[in-house]
Amino acid sequence: MNKKLSLMFLAFGAIAILSGCEPLTVFNPKGPNAQTLSNTIILSIITMAVILLVVYVLFAFMLTKYRASKASADYEPPHEEGSHVLEITWTVIPIIIVAFLAIVTVKTTSTVETTPEGYDNKEPLVIYAASSNWKWHFSYPEEGIETVNYVNIPTDRPIEFKLYSFGPITSFWIPQLAGQKYAMSDMLTTIHLAADEVGSFMGRNSNFNGRGFAEMEFEAQSMTQADFEQWVKDVKANEKPLTEEKFKELLAAEHVGRSSYSSTHLDFSPAPMAHGDMDMGGMDHSDMDMSDEDMNHEDMDHSTDADSTHSH
Amino acid sequence: MSMEELFHPLQEPMILAAAISIVVGAVVVVAGLTYFKKWGYFYKNWLSTVDHKKIGIMYIAVALLMLFRGGIDALLMRAQTAVPDNGLLDAQHYNEIFTTHGLIMILFMAMPFVIGLMNIVIPLQIGARDVAFPRLNAVSFWAFAAGCGLLNLSFIIGGSPDAGWTAYFPLASTDFSPTVGNNYYSLALQLSGIGTLLTGVNFITTIFKMRAPGMTLMKMPMFSWSILITNVIIVFAFPVLTVALALMMLDRQFGTKFFAMTDGGMDMLWANLFWVWGHPEVYIVILPAFGIFSEVIATFARKNLYGYKSMVMSMVVISLLSFLVWAHHFYTMGHGVMVNSVFSITTMAIAVPTGVKMFNWLLTMRHGKIQFTTPMLYALAFIPIFTIGGVTGVMLAMASADYQYHNTMFLVAHFHYVLIPGTVFGVLAGYHFWWPKMFGFRLNEKLGKAGFWFIAISFNVTFFPLFILGLDGYARRMYTYSASTGYGPLNMLSFIGALGLAVGFALICYNIYYSWKHMPRNEKADVWDGRSLEWATHSPVPEYNFAVVPNVSRLDEFWFAKKEGRDITAGKIEKIHMPNNTGTPFWTSGFLFLAAFFAVFSLWPLAIISMLVVFGFMAHRSFEDDHGRYISVEEIMETEKSLRGDK
Ligand code: HEM
Ligand SMILES: [Cu+2]
Ligand SMILES: [Cu+2]
Repeated sequence: MNKKLSLMFLAFGAIAILSGCEPLTVFNPKGPNAQTLSNTIILSIITMAVILLVVYVLFAFMLTKYRASKASADYEPPHEEGSHVLEITWTVIPIIIVAFLAIVTVKTTSTVETTPEGYDNKEPLVIYAASSNWKWHFSYPEEGIETVNYVNIPTDRPIEFKLYSFGPITSFWIPQLAGQKYAMSDMLTTIHLAADEVGSFMGRNSNFNGRGFAEMEFEAQSMTQADFEQWVKDVKANEKPLTEEKFKELLAAEHVGRSSYSSTHLDFSPAPMAHGDMDMGGMDHSDMDMSDEDMNHEDMDHSTDADSTHSH
Repeated sequence: MSMEELFHPLQEPMILAAAISIVVGAVVVVAGLTYFKKWGYFYKNWLSTVDHKKIGIMYIAVALLMLFRGGIDALLMRAQTAVPDNGLLDAQHYNEIFTTHGLIMILFMAMPFVIGLMNIVIPLQIGARDVAFPRLNAVSFWAFAAGCGLLNLSFIIGGSPDAGWTAYFPLASTDFSPTVGNNYYSLALQLSGIGTLLTGVNFITTIFKMRAPGMTLMKMPMFSWSILITNVIIVFAFPVLTVALALMMLDRQFGTKFFAMTDGGMDMLWANLFWVWGHPEVYIVILPAFGIFSEVIATFARKNLYGYKSMVMSMVVISLLSFLVWAHHFYTMGHGVMVNSVFSITTMAIAVPTGVKMFNWLLTMRHGKIQFTTPMLYALAFIPIFTIGGVTGVMLAMASADYQYHNTMFLVAHFHYVLIPGTVFGVLAGYHFWWPKMFGFRLNEKLGKAGFWFIAISFNVTFFPLFILGLDGYARRMYTYSASTGYGPLNMLSFIGALGLAVGFALICYNIYYSWKHMPRNEKADVWDGRSLEWATHSPVPEYNFAVVPNVSRLDEFWFAKKEGRDITAGKIEKIHMPNNTGTPFWTSGFLFLAAFFAVFSLWPLAIISMLVVFGFMAHRSFEDDHGRYISVEEIMETEKSLRGDK
């Protein structure tokens, strides 16, 4: 069977690549949350491989045993209504498998939605990550600095990214540190992560948001606490503060390179509110009171510069 | 809007070439009809027909054309990403192409193909002479065709939609998608969606009301069951799309703020509405394929379907669950653990009834006598390939893990692993299977099988690499990537696979031409030694389907009658009542098309005038006195004799 051969070929190719020198990004985690996800995925692949095997063996058996060319000319297949025992078997076993995977899912989902294990006793570093056109703004409210298109984080400390957008929905993703989450214009979402080692990681927007989408990458660099503090100090000392005017200019631009500032835009353009009770009301905006003074829509309104940036 | 802007896609040589080929194709058809003086014939026999079989054939013709269009899009995308930093297409055109590829494949290829087959087969399979509302059926088709034409026109005039087939807001709003592309989206989908909704009503009524005497629901063939359930899903899901698209149009063209970023607009409202329709939609295109595979596997294993009752049950369960899983499309929107867990579990639950069906199909073959015909090959290949799609679906259903797969090539690989063996293999199996019913000759088996092997092998070469790319962090919808990512080689492999798919498709098309030229005519009615009623009447099927409507006492009645040497179509012939042909649905939809086209460009007065004409047609219809006509006994005898003729 040609198809089987080609499938096997592909499977071997996949294994070769999987076990090659460079593991696939998702299987090469550098932090506890990405580690949890990697383990979950591998577990699910193994479970699924067992199911595939059962189906393939049955399939091959039926095709080899019951082909017309092997039967005698006068063979008449019997009438078979079905079998309760068999049908119950292949209902119950999948239910057990699904139940098992459901438990794993609920557990791991709640794990990665909270402060990473082993880091609970440390105060998280909060970083606001906002997207506009095809760039990322990172504000460090505690440190009072802001960067564009790159983000530095200390190792061995839990990080909370607070995500939102000055435009279409984007998705903030550093696959080696954590799974992605949407950044939206009207609410704040949170990603929890931590980095175990020093390194430089690819981060990107993975939710399509228009023409410049493919280039919307940033570098996430993890460094020791000391290096991180030194870097903050350097930015504080050497970079200009981010004025409202400069920020407007940045928002209007399509692509820009990296830059750093010794103050954040949160002071004059606060982030939207987080959902009140995220566990219950993920799809409900009723808790977002539009009259709230913190919500400054003037700054979030993108339509004014849309004309200049989106005509072609 | 300047002329230059209006025709802006045409500045791209690739797209210009494609546009020219569409125009030339249309001109050739028009010129051919004129030259051979076939306009009268064409209008009388096709444009104004209310015969469900002809309507079905037109649906399939459009679907094949759209498979070609969507396939060209797919090849262009794969060519663009075959090597890093490729400059074949720019970002804007890539965005338009993947958007229209998705829209066309799902709404203008898969759906109409399925609807075409159901039009042809359902009345025959339940032993009916027609559908419940023949004229409405023509309206459905022409509304769909108008929507299809409109979306394809966007390519040439004004620019195609470019915000993805999901058209998430606020990206799809005028702030971020200022071209008319997404106006086309809202109006083209609206027209074809209305057509589909009408089909849903029509076929539910047909199946409930017009089954042959004795055919209770539990004696109905599996394909009919799958179509009944599909149409129930259509009737529940499509109104949501209608409302969502109407709100989209209001937002884009009248400045309302349902989905905007300001003034209390909710982008997530769009995502919810879209997927409340969109997830059931994928079952609308997959369940009928399950029905087709059931027929094909039973026929060519020469055995009755194993576990009929549990097959029906699992389809009902799937249809219910399909409405309870939509939020798995945005696990990453920050709903929190509770909501994500609930949707994870409902989603994974669908794997259970699907698994039941898989095992029932496998066991149908046990003790069988399997013949490897072209339709059977598609049905067989479906099993191992779709299982990969299914298990990766379960992997995606795990909310936590989906945080890593969402919006990556892993997802793209998964849904093609579901949609291609599920829907495309399904309709291709059905198309090869029922072709002799439609035209009275078979498709060539050698060419059919060659096409199959190209498609089945190339499919895996095209899409398996995408799983690996996804796990390596390759996001979907990127028009290019840099060489340093290392994504190049697997993308090239995928492109080579896509070329193979194109060859397979070309073979399928060539087979139509070849078989039309060379295959013997007037095949016997029951070419495959079938089991259900459609094989009891002649091929091709006369206008009235059955001269004498058969009586049914059990599942697979026709099969047992053959065994027992009974002729279930014997009996006294009486005159038959049939509806008259009418051109009104065609013209009504023509004006609907015009109205929508003007609406795309916000030319409201012209749109309103066109709509008034549409209402005029409708008003006229309500006063029309058309009671159809009778086919006389002599005429039926004559037809029967000539169809039985040289058998
Ligand atoms: C014939 C071979 C096909 C090839 C080579 C192909 C290729 C592709 C590729 C490469 C993409 C991803 C574009 C991107 O993310 O950059 C895509 C998207 C898509 N394809 Fe296909 N495809 C094929 C057939 C089909 C069929 C038969 C269907 C449906 C029945 C389908 C439905 C879709 C959908 C819904 C999308 C998503 C569009 C979006 O992101 O908005 N494709 N296809
Ligand atoms: Cu929101
Ligand atoms: Cu879904």
